[in-house]
Amino acid sequence: MSNIESTFFDIGTMDTISRQDTFVHRLDPRIKVLTTLVFIVCVVSFGKHDISALVPFLVYPLFLVVLGDLPIAYLLRKLTFAAPFAVLIGIFNPLLDREVLLQIGAVGISGGWVSFMSILLRFTMTVGAALILIATTGYHSVCMALEKMGVPQVFVVQLLFLYRYLFVLVDEASRMVRARSLRSFQGKGLGMGVFGSMAGHLLLRTTGRAQRIHLAMLCRGFEGTIRPFHPLRVRGWEVMFLLGWSVLFVMMRLYNGPRLLGTWIQGFIS
Amino acid sequence: MHMADALISPAVGGTLWAASAGLIGYSSRKVKQDMDDRRIPLMGVLGAFIFAAQMINFTIPGTGSSGHLGGGMILAILLGPAAAFLTLASVLTVQALFFADGGLLALGCNIFNLGFFPCFVAYPLIYRPVVRGKVSQRRLVIGATLSAVLGLQLGALGVVFETFFSGISDLPFVTFLLMMQPIHLAIGIVEGLVTAAVVVFVWKAKPETLELSGALKPAGTSSFKRVLAGLLMAAAMAGGFISWFASTHPDGLEWSISRSTGQEELEPPKSGLYSWLADLQEKTAFLPDYGFRGSKKEEAGDAWPAVDPGTSLSGLLGGALTLIALVLIGVLLKRRKKHHVQH
Repeated sequence: MSNIESTFFDIGTMDTISRQDTFVHRLDPRIKVLTTLVFIVCVVSFGKHDISALVPFLVYPLFLVVLGDLPIAYLLRKLTFAAPFAVLIGIFNPLLDREVLLQIGAVGISGGWVSFMSILLRFTMTVGAALILIATTGYHSVCMALEKMGVPQVFVVQLLFLYRYLFVLVDEASRMVRARSLRSFQGKGLGMGVFGSMAGHLLLRTTGRAQRIHLAMLCRGFEGTIRPFHPLRVRGWEVMFLLGWSVLFVMMRLYNGPRLLGTWIQGFIS
Repeated sequence: MHMADALISPAVGGTLWAASAGLIGYSSRKVKQDMDDRRIPLMGVLGAFIFAAQMINFTIPGTGSSGHLGGGMILAILLGPAAAFLTLASVLTVQALFFADGGLLALGCNIFNLGFFPCFVAYPLIYRPVVRGKVSQRRLVIGATLSAVLGLQLGALGVVFETFFSGISDLPFVTFLLMMQPIHLAIGIVEGLVTAAVVVFVWKAKPETLELSGALKPAGTSSFKRVLAGLLMAAAMAGGFISWFASTHPDGLEWSISRSTGQEELEPPKSGLYSWLADLQEKTAFLPDYGFRGSKKEEAGDAWPAVDPGTSLSGLLGGALTLIALVLIGVLLKRRKKHHVQH
């Protein structure tokens, strides 16, 4: 399970990336959350065979990656980790839809391949947008933005708590896994029985920890809210950021720029 | 079985977002009403526990492969439906944000599939009636296993419906159903047994842990509820088993695919649902321009009217150029920025 372990270390990496101080990182989290949502809805609303019209949308993730100084190779690697489900379901399209949609010389490309490519492109952009949101904003700020936008406080507190104890418990679990694998030979002791008592132990320790945390919190005056350190404030030009991008997304949704460009060039050549 | 943004349409994503948001609101109110503030840190830590427990994997007997805990049912058993739902929703949110599991629009679907069914269907209809009143190891095992199976079957069904109504994937409804249900029956049984193992361990070591959920308090269950639970369970088991046989039998699969086109030839109850849904979809222009899948020819005819190789080629050309231009802009910006930093 070194795989999962390394993805957990990734959380730490994302956290570090999100603590940079760039133009994008300084934007109000609410602005970034809303812009990301508009972006995702626009991307997802395209027809299943659209590819060319989707391409211009790459401008938004690219813009954030560059101005936010994000490690692009790292983000792409994360994307490939997550790809399996979309690819697994999407790969049936080429098998099921064999109608030729596009003819390039002697090669005919079926509608299935076109829609599969479209799925991959959508996947890259939507999931990429979510990763970029976290990488430029940080989990804590996203949660605060959610609260300001009307998400119930209980749920926001839950999100913050979960994140805070994630690291502790993951460390504990990985120690347990290491201890078990050091003691198991030829696959013995890796079954469901041992798992039951291991996870059970972890659970008992977890609830014990929750109790201690609760007492400690009560001692410090906890009454159900976690207060932000920096108060959030939206400035005028940040609203322009949101509006500008939204207008651009809607325009790109309505007009297929690349096709217009392609037609123009074809006309120019001939 | 996380749903992905790439496979859903805005209508489906939006609808399930609304549903999940409503459930989060309801659960939040419920948790607040209970005023048991011990539960707040417990929920947070148990959410983290689900991640941690997923790191411990185990071998599944007879298959040689390994699995890990899903966790929906365990949370419901330990926390009760409302608090478990919130916890699970938070786990899925973190997965969507950090592990790119699914995506933000599909988050609504995922919360609904993996949270609503175990917490608000399987738990009150199966687990609570089975374990209610008198706790014993056997009851815990039966309750946990059956409810995990039911929860996962319904969740898988949710994925199938969402994928189908979005119309991005070409998979026919029945084929996809036959793929998903048997796999998730197997997963559900393993998940159920593992859940039971953990719950029984905790119950033996520290019985009061289970009390927090209020599951042990004898609560009146109407006989109607019991009948409904039985029917649901039977349907879930049957769905998984029957489609299993159908899918291991190639003729059966082909048969069902060919039948997936002719609605009236399916068995009566299904055809009722089918035609009703098809009707509904025709009436709501809101949903994608996608009828219940007809034969392939029909689909090529009307699913995408604007197929013209010429415009497709210009699209390709223009798309490629746009992409190149974007990458160039990116590289230039990056260069400029570095330059800027050095000075």
